[in-house]
This record gives sequence, C-alpha cells and structure tokens, in this order.
Amino acid sequence: MSGRPTPPNPALLALADGSVYRGTAFGAQTVGEGEICFNTSMTGYQEILTDPSYAGQLVAMTYTQIGNVGVNPQDDESARPYLRGFVVKEHFEVPSNWRATEGLGAFMERHAVPGIAGLDTRALVRRIRDRGFQNAVLSTDPALQEPDALVRRARDAPGLDGRDLVAEVTCDEPYAWQDATWSGVAGELPRPSRPAQTLKLVVYDYGVKRNILRLLVEQGFDVTVVPATHSVEDTLALEPDAIFLSNGPGDPAGVEGVRPIVRELAEQLPVFGICLGHQILGLSLGGSTRKLQFGHHGGNQPGQDVATGKVAICAENHGYAVEADSLRAAGEPVTITHRNLNDDTVEGLAHETRPLFSVQYHPEASPGPHDAAYFFGRFRRMVERHKAGEPVTGAQIAAAGPPTAVETA
Amino acid sequence: MPRRDDIRTILLIGSGPIVIGQACEFDYSGTQACKALREEGYRVVLVNSNPATIMTDPETADSTYVEPMTRETLEKIIAVEKPDVLLPTIGGQTGLNLAIDLAESGVLARYGVELIGANLEAILKAEDRQQFRVAMDKLGLRVPLSGYVRTLEEARALIPKVGLPAIIRPSFTLGGTGGGVAYDEAQFDRTVEWALQQSPRSEALIEQSVLGWKEYELEVMRDTADNVVIICSIENFDPMGVHTGDSITVAPAQTLTDKEYQVMRDAAVAIIREIGVDTGGSNIQFGVDPDDGTLVVIEMNPRVSRSSALASKATGFPIAKIAAKLAVGYTLDEIRNDITKETPASFEPSIDYVVTKVPRFAFEKFPSADSELTTQMKSVGEAMAIGRTFKESLQKALRSLEIDRAGLERPDIPEGDRGLAELWERIDVPRPERMWAIAEAFRRGISAEEIHERSAIDPWFLANIEELVTLEKTLAAAPEDERSAWLRTAKQAGFSDRRLADLWATTEEGVRALRELEGVHPVFKRVDTCGAEFVAHTPDLYSTYEQECEAEPSDRRKIMILGGGPNRIGQGIEFDYCCVHAAFALSDAGFETIMVNCNPETVSTDYDTSDRLYFEPLTLEDVLEICRLEKPDGVIVQFGGQTPLKLAVPLERAGVPILGTPPDAIDRAEDRERFDELLEKLGLRRPASGVARSPEAAEAVAERIGYPVLVRPSYVLGGRAMEIVRDVESLRGYMRSAVKASPEHPVLVDRFLADATEVDVDALCDGKRVVIGGVMEHIEEAGVHSGDSACSLPPYSLSQDVIDDILDSTRKLALELGVRGLMNVQYAVKGGEVYVIEVNPRASRTVPFVSKAIGRPLAKLASLVMAGQSLEELGFTEEIWPKHFSVKEAVFPFVKFPGVDTLLGPEMRSTGEVMGIDSDFGRAYAKAQIQAGNSLPQRGTVLVSVKAEDHEGVCEPVAQLARLGFRVLATEGTAATLKAAGVEAEVVRKVKEGSPHLVDRIEAADVDLVINTVGSDSQGVKDSFSIRRATLQGGIPYFTTLAAARAAAGAIDALCQGTIGVRSLQEIHPQS
Repeated sequence: MSGRPTPPNPALLALADGSVYRGTAFGAQTVGEGEICFNTSMTGYQEILTDPSYAGQLVAMTYTQIGNVGVNPQDDESARPYLRGFVVKEHFEVPSNWRATEGLGAFMERHAVPGIAGLDTRALVRRIRDRGFQNAVLSTDPALQEPDALVRRARDAPGLDGRDLVAEVTCDEPYAWQDATWSGVAGELPRPSRPAQTLKLVVYDYGVKRNILRLLVEQGFDVTVVPATHSVEDTLALEPDAIFLSNGPGDPAGVEGVRPIVRELAEQLPVFGICLGHQILGLSLGGSTRKLQFGHHGGNQPGQDVATGKVAICAENHGYAVEADSLRAAGEPVTITHRNLNDDTVEGLAHETRPLFSVQYHPEASPGPHDAAYFFGRFRRMVERHKAGEPVTGAQIAAAGPPTAVETA
Repeated sequence: MPRRDDIRTILLIGSGPIVIGQACEFDYSGTQACKALREEGYRVVLVNSNPATIMTDPETADSTYVEPMTRETLEKIIAVEKPDVLLPTIGGQTGLNLAIDLAESGVLARYGVELIGANLEAILKAEDRQQFRVAMDKLGLRVPLSGYVRTLEEARALIPKVGLPAIIRPSFTLGGTGGGVAYDEAQFDRTVEWALQQSPRSEALIEQSVLGWKEYELEVMRDTADNVVIICSIENFDPMGVHTGDSITVAPAQTLTDKEYQVMRDAAVAIIREIGVDTGGSNIQFGVDPDDGTLVVIEMNPRVSRSSALASKATGFPIAKIAAKLAVGYTLDEIRNDITKETPASFEPSIDYVVTKVPRFAFEKFPSADSELTTQMKSVGEAMAIGRTFKESLQKALRSLEIDRAGLERPDIPEGDRGLAELWERIDVPRPERMWAIAEAFRRGISAEEIHERSAIDPWFLANIEELVTLEKTLAAAPEDERSAWLRTAKQAGFSDRRLADLWATTEEGVRALRELEGVHPVFKRVDTCGAEFVAHTPDLYSTYEQECEAEPSDRRKIMILGGGPNRIGQGIEFDYCCVHAAFALSDAGFETIMVNCNPETVSTDYDTSDRLYFEPLTLEDVLEICRLEKPDGVIVQFGGQTPLKLAVPLERAGVPILGTPPDAIDRAEDRERFDELLEKLGLRRPASGVARSPEAAEAVAERIGYPVLVRPSYVLGGRAMEIVRDVESLRGYMRSAVKASPEHPVLVDRFLADATEVDVDALCDGKRVVIGGVMEHIEEAGVHSGDSACSLPPYSLSQDVIDDILDSTRKLALELGVRGLMNVQYAVKGGEVYVIEVNPRASRTVPFVSKAIGRPLAKLASLVMAGQSLEELGFTEEIWPKHFSVKEAVFPFVKFPGVDTLLGPEMRSTGEVMGIDSDFGRAYAKAQIQAGNSLPQRGTVLVSVKAEDHEGVCEPVAQLARLGFRVLATEGTAATLKAAGVEAEVVRKVKEGSPHLVDRIEAADVDLVINTVGSDSQGVKDSFSIRRATLQGGIPYFTTLAAARAAAGAIDALCQGTIGVRSLQEIHPQS
C-alpha cells in the first residue's frame, strides 16, 4: 500500500515521551493505548496478534512487510487478539498463501485492533530500545489526530506495572482441550508418535497460547484448562498428575490471587511453567521479579541449556525476569538451567528437591523455531516418574542432559 | 570448545579463475577465512591460480601459491608445506572437488592431512545425488522423483517414472553446467548427452520437474557442539526451473507463514545433521508447491556458496569468517557477533529491510547463445540492493545493474494486439528481461492472476510490481504543480530521479533540483543483524526515504572509493581488488575510508574492508546523496572500472572533489580529437583513424585510411561492440547496430594493424615522476581483445629498442596528462614501430597481475599517490624487472553457451584469468594453460588446420611438436606446406569434404591438441565452427591463433623436459 501525499486514512502514534509518528491507518478505526514494545520475528504476525501475552500492549514489528500471507484459521493462538494496536512499516491486505482465508486488515477490523503503517518503524524501535518501555496511544480515528492530545493521553494511560491483566484474558470456565498441532504439509519431517499412556494435566490459563496446549496433547497429556484463580480444591478434584502454568500478559507481581494456589499445588504435584507461569512460580516460591529495559520479543534469541551447553534459538516474549538470587535468598534450592546469552538473564529454573521446573522463553514457539520443544518431553518424563512413585526433581530432569531426537522433533 | 591446539598449519584451496557460477564470492569467503584463521595464530597456506584476488595477496596468507590447481601440484605443495589440516569448504565447487580428489586418491592420507569442516563422507553424501537422495529418504523428507544414469538408454528408461518435462542435472559440475530442462523426447536426448559429457563422472540425475513451484534457500551453520542456526532465508522471485544464480532473489522469505517456515527450518536442521557437515555453513534449497505447501528438498551445498556471500551481505553475519572459526573448534556461543560486539554469534539474524539480488547477464557478448534461463547458470554477475520495502529494494537493484535502466522502463514492444503475443512470449519464457515485460503487462491492463497463471511467479511479488505501475501512472498524470507533493511517495517506492525525469518529461537534474527545493533526501540506516534490538557497531549503511538518519558521519579526513558494481565481462574482480587495496592503504595512512558498491560477491563489500560501507547503486543520484551526507575530502573514481569513471565528470561538476588524475585528463584520453592532439604534441604514432558521427562519415573515414578497420563506440570497456571490419558492407551493418547501441557517443574508426604484437603497460605517476609497473607482451596478435589475450611479463620476444620506446612513450603520456595514480597504455608493435592504441588514465584489469608479478602493490601505491604522497616518499622510484616470467591467461564461458563460437576477436568474452609463474616463458605459459583448463599433452596427436596465410608460420611449432613425438594430422593444404618443411602429416578431410573428416576424428577422441586458425571471412568461420565446438565439447586443448600455437609448442617442450615445480609468492618476492 503505497503512501499518498494526503493519506486517505490517517493514523497517529503518540508516545508518552512526546514523540509522534504519522502513518496510514488499517484494521479497526479506533484508539488503542498501552505499553509499546517491538517484536523482531520475521514471520508469524498472526500468532503475535493473537498471543494473549500482548494484552495491554501495542506491538511494533521490526520486519517491514506485514500481511503478505494473510490470516488463516490454524495459526490463531487464542480466540481473539488482546493487543491494543499493531505498528508496521508496510501493510499488505491481499494475501498470497494457500492457507489464507482473510486479509490482515479485515481480521484486525473484525477484532477492533487499530493498525498503523508507513511510519519509520526502525526509528520507533530504536527509541524504545534506547529509552525503555513507555506507554503509547495509536489513533486510527480520523477525528482524533491531534498529537498533543494523544501524547497527553499516552502519559495518562495506565502502564503494565502492578496491573492484573491476567484477569482480562483468562478463561471463565474450565474446559477440556484436545486439538493437536497443525497437520502440516506433505514432505515435512515425520513426527514422533504420541505416547500411549495419558497423563492428566491441569493447565492454569493466565492467557495460554494454543500451541502450548497442542504440544501438551502431542505428549499424551489429557488437558483441562482452568481459570487463573481456580481453587486448589477444585483442581485437585480433577485428579491431575501434574500442573502447568501458562504464559500470559503483563507484570507477574500484579497478578492477584494466584500465588497461594501455585504454592500449595507445587507442594503436591509436578509443575511446569512457561513465561508468566515461570515468573509466577518464582514469585510463589518467594522470589522476586524485575522489569527489563525493553524486554525480549522475537524468534531469534539464544537460549543456552546450562547442563549441556547447547544453544537453542528461541522465541521469547517477556518484559520481566525472575531474579534467581531472590529465590535462593528465600531459601528455595533452585538451579538456573537456562540463560539468555545476549544479556545473561535467567531463562530457566529447576527445583533441586521438588519436581518443578520452568522456562522464561517459549518452547512452544509459534511463532519461532522449534529448538526448545524438548521442554515438553522433559515435562512428560518428570510427570511419568513422579506418577510411578519415583522421587524426582526438576533439577534432575534438567541435568539429564540432551533430549532424545524424538523429543526435539 | 576452545580452538584446537593440535593444529599448526591449515591448507586452504581457492576457487581459481572467475567463471560463470563461481565469482568473487569465493575471494570474499577465502579472504575472510584466511584472516580469521591467522587471527587465531594458525599458519595458513593458500592455493589459488587467480591472481586478481585479495586472498592471493602475499599478506593475506602465510604461504601463497598461485599455481595450477591440480592434484599433482597440490601434492607438491602439501609435501613442502606439511599442513595438518585442509579446510575444503571455502573455495567453491573447484576447491571442494580438488579436496575430494586429494582425499580419494590417498594424497591426504599419505601426508596425514585431516579434512576439517566437512569430511569426505559428508561431502560425498551432499554432492553425490544418489547418496543425497538416500539420506533424505532416511530422514523421511521428499526429493523430486529421480534416477541416476550413466547412459542415454538408462535415462530414456526413466521417462515413464519422472515424466516430461524433466530436469537433467549432471553430477559434480558447477553452476548446473550441462544441466537443463527437457520438454520433449528430442530435447531430452540432447540434454542428457550434453549432461553426461559435462559431468566429470559421466553421471547425471534425471529428475521429476517441479517447474513453477516456489523456490527457497536457507543458509545454515553448525558447530562442533551441534548447535545449528539459520542465517538467512531467501525466496526466489523466479519459480523453480530457473537456476537460483539466474533468479531474482529476495531475503528474507516473503510468502511463508511461520508454521510453514518452521517446517522448512526443521528440515534444514535435520539435513545438515544427517549429511554430517561438522562445522560451517551450508546452503539448502527447497521447492514448495504453491497449492498445498508440499515441501521437496532440491539440493545442498556443503560449503560456503554464492548464496552464503549474499546472505552475509544481506544480514551482516560474516558466514565465512564464522565458518572458519567453527572449523578449528570454536562453538557459536564462544564467538562474538562483530556487529553488536555484545551478543554471541549463536543467534539468527533478524533483518528490518528487504534485500533484492538481480543477476547481470552478458548475452550481448554471445549473440548466438539462447538467453532462456534454465537450470544451468548463465549470468556473469549480480547486484544487490537494500530497501525498507520490496518495491524500494527492487527498483534500487534494477538501477544497480547498469544496463542503462533507471527502473521499470517500458520495453520495446509494439502497442496493441500486435505486441501482445510478443509480450506474452516474454512473460512465458524466463529471460533476463522478464521483469520489464511484467510491468508492461500491468500497464496494458493485464491482471496479476493472468500473469501468475502464465509465469507461476508468486502473486505477492506481482502485486508489488502492480503497485509500482499504478504509482507510475499516478505520477505521470500528476500536474506539474503537484509533482513536489508526490516526490516523497515516489522516492519511498524506489523511483530514481532519472525514471521520474522520464515520467515527467524533464531531466534528472530537474528532478534533483525539485528534491533539493522540497528537502527530499534519503536517510541512511544500518545493517545490524538484529532489527535494531541492540546497538550496532556496523559500518554497513543503505539509503531509504524515512525520518531518522543513523549515519552519524565523522569529522575525520575521509576518502570515498567508488566500486565497480556488478561483475560483467570486462569489469570484474580486478577492479574490486584495486578498490580494496585503496581502502587498506588509505586506512593505514590514517584516512577514514568509505566504500560505495552494490556487488554482494566482493571483498569490497565486506564489513571490515572499509571504515564505512554504503551498499548503494553506483549512479550519480545515489553517489551524490552519500557525498552530501559524508562530505568526503576526496573521491576515488579510478579503481572501479568504467562504472565510477563515467561518474567522474558529473560528480566534479556537482562540486565533489575527485582525487588523482583530473577528470579532464580522462576526457583528453577518451575524446578522439583531443587524444590526437595529445599524441601529435608528444610526437607519438598511432594507427590512422577518424571519428564518425554518422554512417556516411564512417564510410568516408574508412575509405581514407583503408580497410581493414577497427570500429567501436567511444567510452567502452571490455570491447563492447568492437569489431574488425574488412569491407564497406560489413561497416554499414556495424553502423546500423552500433550507433543504435550508443546514441550519445560517436564511433571511432581505426586502421587495423594486422599481425601486430600488442603490448599493455601499467604505470604509476605522481605528476612529476613516472614508474612503469609492468610491460606485458600479448601472446595473441592485435585484433584479439587485450582482456582475452594471454600475456607475458616481462615481454618474451620484444627487442630492447622497442621496450625502451614503449617506456619512453608511457612516461611522456603520463606526465603530459598529469596522471596522479595509475595509467594503462596499450600499444601495437609492427615492423619495429610502436603505435599507441589507447590510453586509460585509471586502474586497469592487469593491475593485480602486475602487482603479483613484480611483488609491489600498485593499487595501494596509487591510492597513496592520489592522497598526496610522492612516489619518492613511497620508495617506489624504479622499475622492477623480475627474473621470473609471469603469464596471464584468460578463461572463457563458452561451455555454458552451446552454439557459440570460441574464436577470439576484439569483443572481450573472457570471465576470468589465471597466472602462471616460472623461471622461463615456456614453463610459465604451460602453467597458465593448465590453470585455464587447457591441460597441455606431452604426447599424442596434434590436429592442424590453419588459414592459408598461416601455412608457413605454423610449420615451426608443428615441427617442434613432431620432434617431441607428436603425430600430426593436417588438412590438405596445411599438410602440403608441412611436408615441404620436412614435417610428415597425415591428411584428414575437411568437414565439407565429407566423412570421415576432422570433426569425426576429434569426436572419436583421436586428437589431443588442436591448432585451428581461420580467415575473418564469414564463410571460413562458419566452415570451421564445428571443429572448435567439437574441440570444446571434447575438452581438448585448442589454439586459434598462430602466436598461441607457438607459445603452446614451447610450453609443451618445456613440460617434456621435466616436471614443473611450485614456489610461493612469499618465496618469489621475499622483500614484500
């Protein structure tokens, strides 16, 4: 969509620091406000749009050609987008892909997400990188294009810190999940067959991505998804073999009513947490979290498995990180199992005496490389051993070294 | 794992001369590898026959052999240098094949040399199509249905299985040489026979066609800890069926969802593990069915490749350098990313722009070749452009090609229904011009769906072209007073000033002035591997029309060097070599160096060659914008060949300081009338000549000076459109095409000096002193383009008087022109008289050759002279007359172009060069021939068929061969003369005399050497064409000039007298 001297559909992005970016609107005609972040994935904008972890945020894509492959029914990560605005260099509405069923703009319009295109997104990204997280407002409403008013609004907008965004995205009622991963294409690598024995799993939905559920199903888990504050009693009544804590949006410290539940369940059952689930596990065990300068959002992050030294190229999407030392200070014997080699942040923790482990990044990918998918296999191993009555700890599982080829596949 | 301490000496094999499918990218990768390994403290031994490379500079490796790249020579070098390991994956297919040969023949085992990076088993598993297919089966991946054949019968039997059209791929050849697509049985037979001949193992794969499927490439790296990363994904604009080297390619992939991309990524990771490439980079190609995403694996290159050079330049990730470090034991996480300095190399680059590569072809040099693009690579170079959008990068890439296009100009196709069939033909059949036909189709209202139906090009790409055409229409229709409002939109979509000038019926200057007025200028963004996630310390910049400029120009003293753009015949790696030398020397002298170039294959576009690199088209508009920002203290236009030279005058007019020889001196040398005045003033002789601005004038000049005449348009490089014309009729024919080819410049008509000896001189001048770099005597006589002729330094037959005359004339010319830097003069010597043919006050193609022959870096010295130092200050005040002989020989792409004659002429057609160095001319010439693929036989049969004028002259070399024991076959006339001279020859029939004739003998492999000269009358050329073609196809050494035949006989004599030795450059030039 080439720009025009006077864009027919003006859009304006205003940041709290007073900088404004003009562009062309696409998607819904509305105003979105939230914290702005950028994502460096070159593929997978549909998964990003529908990732509930972006609730309360506006997302700028660093890659410039967005919309090329449209939107399809298989690649949604949740029922709808939760992000507040989408920022791209150039937007294509007519898709070119055999699976596409809808154009990107139409999809966003349907889900009330405003989009802006045609601005210098690299300048924007550099600003976010250098100045850190800040709030922003995106207006695609032709009547609301006044920069000063929008900057003021950005300054007044609530940030992520201390807010409970999980309440906004978690499910209302428990439900069973049965779908496996995308059926794929002819000619792809053969997939390992699903384990025969089923294990009962309760997934705490803090904003869970569907691909996590799909991969858990592929590992032979019988998955029930429950709301974030589902009580311990109700969960135990489901007789689960293990608990999974999902990814989700915002500040882990702001999520209310989850820590006592996790603390109690973690004393009885194997637990695996991803992203926000990892942070909440850390907090529940007495640790603390901190906010990163501009977070990790992309599909090319180097996540090293400390035990094996191997580096997985990972999908990451987080603005907060667990302080490992805080857990040790709280008396919890935890091992750092994974690190981000870019900035040495803690990416994975395992408990030394209990069957608990968690990872900051996204082994479910979607979008992103599948290198870290072995976590799901490790989880299954841990749950199997626990169920068989063996004493097993998260640290043992993490130290067991490289996954088998089947697990990585 | 840290570096391996059990290794001391590492052997690297380069890729030899530039040929189609193997160009500067392996100089780039080899140079990076050398640097990386020496940085680690290893001793590096390098073998490469191509002197025009940075990797063969004596300072790049510890021990450098510019020697024949054969198993025999390599064994000698291994025996002397005792390397511990051989890294086989950085020298292209040539280096890899030689490494396989050394391993399979037991040489490596005999000397205890280990292969690192990839072992023999892995290389064969990837390279041998049968083994590769088995490996893919094991992984459960698909490859197109195929079968492996050794005979035509076996191939025919496969047709029911694979169907037609079918793809034919010979094993172990480069750039798909000998491969093709067969649509019917007749074509199938022809293609299979050709493929079997071309494969060194007489093997070919007959493969199910996936024509029209989408084509992708992934650049994969692996380390010893089994970490695997994908550096770059590439999507081809041209669907399957066109060799990726001939395709327009785009990075990153554009039309895959993440799910589909990850399926491909998983497959690539599994493939590199299964093949067992231990460390380093590999390139894996995939086909994807656009209808249902079905994935097939096409092939894998277990080494760095053209694509990895592109991927390195496209992402900023130095694949070859990292591959070298991985090969000696490091893991990816132990290596820092040089661009961010903070983060490790174990990541996957994320880019926030679009890279478009467009191939550059040379079909104008091979008018009889078929320009249809198939699975065999035919392009000679490429340009790469970076833009924030595909539209912008595509348009930048098109104008980077330097094919006189400023964008998507309208092709010359008749309007209306009359042109429609032609338009469709140009879309249906992939040819170099297809992009322009597609744009034209949109202009004529044809829909994207129809074009997709016919071309199978992905609708996303087509939609972008359609948008450009739509914008073009809007721009063209904009009233004059609204144009300024459209400027930014147009520039963001990549429209050049020149193209806008076309649309607005104004001049490029006019559009530039409008932009100045409106303040519409590009900003420059950085290539940083990470989409701006981290602060980049990269020097790589590209222009785009956005808000924020990241260039941050310094206030240091700075010199800008303009590169040579895409490789083409006549302008290639030699000029890049000079540019790189300028950057190195000026950087050492304390200047900030700024490189501008758009050729992704080169060392000049490597991230650590210059302080800053602008990856930009070399057009006036683009260069001026960089100058506007950087305000360089000087710009060097002398080193990049004709490309920057053409910009000298307009840049100077725009106020840009040009370093070195003033542009006016260039004009004095190029402008024929002013040149004549110059020669007259200096009392120098040149062949009678005249300038013609019309066909009639040309005829008048030719009448005056007498036929034969050499005609050419002014301002040419590489002999473009240069011809020897013997009568008025041919002259008229020439004027019809040449004047059209070059409308702005007149045609030069020179008396042609038949049978003269040509001499090339490279000299350095600081305005006061002239030092001759080298005097090169050509082997082939005048009339053969100097770039196609072999030459010897020092001269092997010229008298001292003639040499003195040449030295004296060169000095006079340099001083009179006020040369500051390099100058090249071409002379013709006939009957003891010296004639000046042309003067080029710039770096020439021979500068790297001369530098290596005399052991002094001429381009470095020249750049320092240009920056203000005197030759005296530089300590270069006297000519160097080496004790050894150096022979340069040209390498030709004829084998890629069935139907093309191999006869040499004034139009340059060679793609590369090799260098032979030895103690005498015969041996040096012999080495050069071996390197050029003309393996001189030491026994056997020589076939002689020469034109009447050469009957006498050929006796001496043939007698020499006969004395060495050669059996002589000759056509009747030649045989009679030979007999009279006492040489017995068996008479063979000419082709027109009927079978069995000489071509039958060649095809029966009954001949080991061919000497064939032809008169220039077209009948003679036509009659003997089949001789040369059969010789070429049979891989038999051949000589088409008497001079070359003489040199060859001498060389064979030298070979017969004993084996030839090897010497490193460091040994030859111990002082340097």
